Amino acid sequence: MAVPLPAGSQQETAAGLSGRDRLLLLAPALLMITVFLILPLGFILVYSFLTKGTYGGVIWEFSTAAYEQFLFERDLFTDELVFHASYLQIYGRSIVQALVATTASLIIGFPTAYYIATRPPSQRNMWVFLITVPYWVNLLIRTVSMLFIVRDEGPLNTALMATGLIDQPIRIAYTDFAIGLGLVYSYLPFMVLPIYAAIERFDFRLLEAGHDLYADRWTILRQIVIPLTRPGIVAGCLLVFIPSLGSFIAPDLLGGGKNLMIGNTIALQFQSSRNWPFGSAAAIILLTLVLIVLVIFARRAQQAAVASGR
Amino acid sequence: MARARIDLKRYPAFGTLTWACIVLLYAPMLVIMIYSFNELRSITNWGGFSLAWYWKAITNPQLHAATFNSIVVALSAATLGTVLALCAALAMSRGRRLRYQDTGFAIINLPLMVPEIVTAIGSLVFFLAVGIQLGLLTIIIAHTVFCIPFAYLPIAARLQGIEGYYEEAARDLYASRWETFRFVTLPLMLPGVIAGYMLAFIVSLDDFIITNMVAGPGATTLPMAIYGMVRTGFTPEINAISTMMLLVSALFVSASYLIGRAGDRKYNAQ
Repeated sequence: MAVPLPAGSQQETAAGLSGRDRLLLLAPALLMITVFLILPLGFILVYSFLTKGTYGGVIWEFSTAAYEQFLFERDLFTDELVFHASYLQIYGRSIVQALVATTASLIIGFPTAYYIATRPPSQRNMWVFLITVPYWVNLLIRTVSMLFIVRDEGPLNTALMATGLIDQPIRIAYTDFAIGLGLVYSYLPFMVLPIYAAIERFDFRLLEAGHDLYADRWTILRQIVIPLTRPGIVAGCLLVFIPSLGSFIAPDLLGGGKNLMIGNTIALQFQSSRNWPFGSAAAIILLTLVLIVLVIFARRAQQAAVASGR
Repeated sequence: MARARIDLKRYPAFGTLTWACIVLLYAPMLVIMIYSFNELRSITNWGGFSLAWYWKAITNPQLHAATFNSIVVALSAATLGTVLALCAALAMSRGRRLRYQDTGFAIINLPLMVPEIVTAIGSLVFFLAVGIQLGLLTIIIAHTVFCIPFAYLPIAARLQGIEGYYEEAARDLYASRWETFRFVTLPLMLPGVIAGYMLAFIVSLDDFIITNMVAGPGATTLPMAIYGMVRTGFTPEINAISTMMLLVSALFVSASYLIGRAGDRKYNAQ
């Protein structure tokens, strides 16, 4: 910085805040999140190792029953633990649903982001705005409106029947397809925006370079555009995958509460099932899954940054 | 040359997919808006334009209480969250990197990382364990936590765009730190603060999953009321309330966006 600073300001910000001032300013926000988010997460970790109370709640006795319940079922007659996979299946299905939703969002989202980034600068803001607005609009209401459309007696089926394409409503609502559709609909903006940010910074002269070296359009896309915008693509995929994995509203409303995903399984334990340790264990497993995904990608991003010499 | 560049940039189906994306995002909302004006209770038939369902929604006393609760919660949580985020942003985006900068940033963003359902049951278990009565207060606390990162991001982005010279100039002219903040930093960052506040407000107003867990009996918010109504069956009244909420959200987001942009323009012009 060329501007001479007032005496003693080496450690200070431009506004004259010392390191201690900055810590004091930062502390309240960190404290709030620590006490009311990190601490509660610690509570559910502890609860997942306790014994379940009869009417909800917990009994303070150490137990791994909650985790055992994932893999085993106690046989009513012999009292032996028998392997059963229904909870594993819920997790498996949630992961598949989230992966499918992420892939579908990428297939729609990447071209959209690319198209927007190649519009004249004056139009880009308008497009970005159009993509952003739905994200801020109430997720519950958006899901309700999706349910409204795809129901058997909803506008979509009515219109299809009126055109004579079908003579009976297609069952969309309360299927896995509806959940997937709801997830894409919910989180698509998360895919478009980071990819757009990456493509907007992309140096389009590289396209000409590729072209001069006899690469065709799709080769250029595959070998130049996608590798150079990968951080944005990865960010978009994470931002769709993670909320999809733990989603509650889409499977609850569009799946009709029958096709359970992880989020519904957890919620159920604190509502009608009243098995808090199991619900806590399910939440801890979900959180672990999310953390694993985040760590893998954070490490990859770091390696990529090191490799490219940044 | 210019011609070749334009051609190279263009991919045939991308424009179509973009429009498909816009239709997917907007069609369900548009349809629900249109049907909210349908006079008939029937979903399949159009009975003519009517505002009857709006009247029914507006005069529904249960919705009054829920709306009131929602607004109280959103105002409190957004205000508290924005103040905390503002302080944190001042500490984090100015001057040299702090030793605990990365940790601080990770903690502030944590509410966005943890799946909402996990936060929801964590908060429920925590409030019950430490003996805080479930109700509006617990909703406000839980909302404040996730309002912090939503308010923080636009404020920090704004602060990073402002050079330190203005504040240095003020300090050189013997302004106190408070005066520097009040008359230089705050006015410059105000668009970011307003944008952050509005986003926090909307996010709080819209939250369902966490609210539903920590609300306890009696404290119903608007999304909870709508969820309850959908559960018992679709009525055009739901379409009417949904339309009103959609419009409120869209209005807030547009305003937040315009304020943020006007602020940028003003700053760049200086």
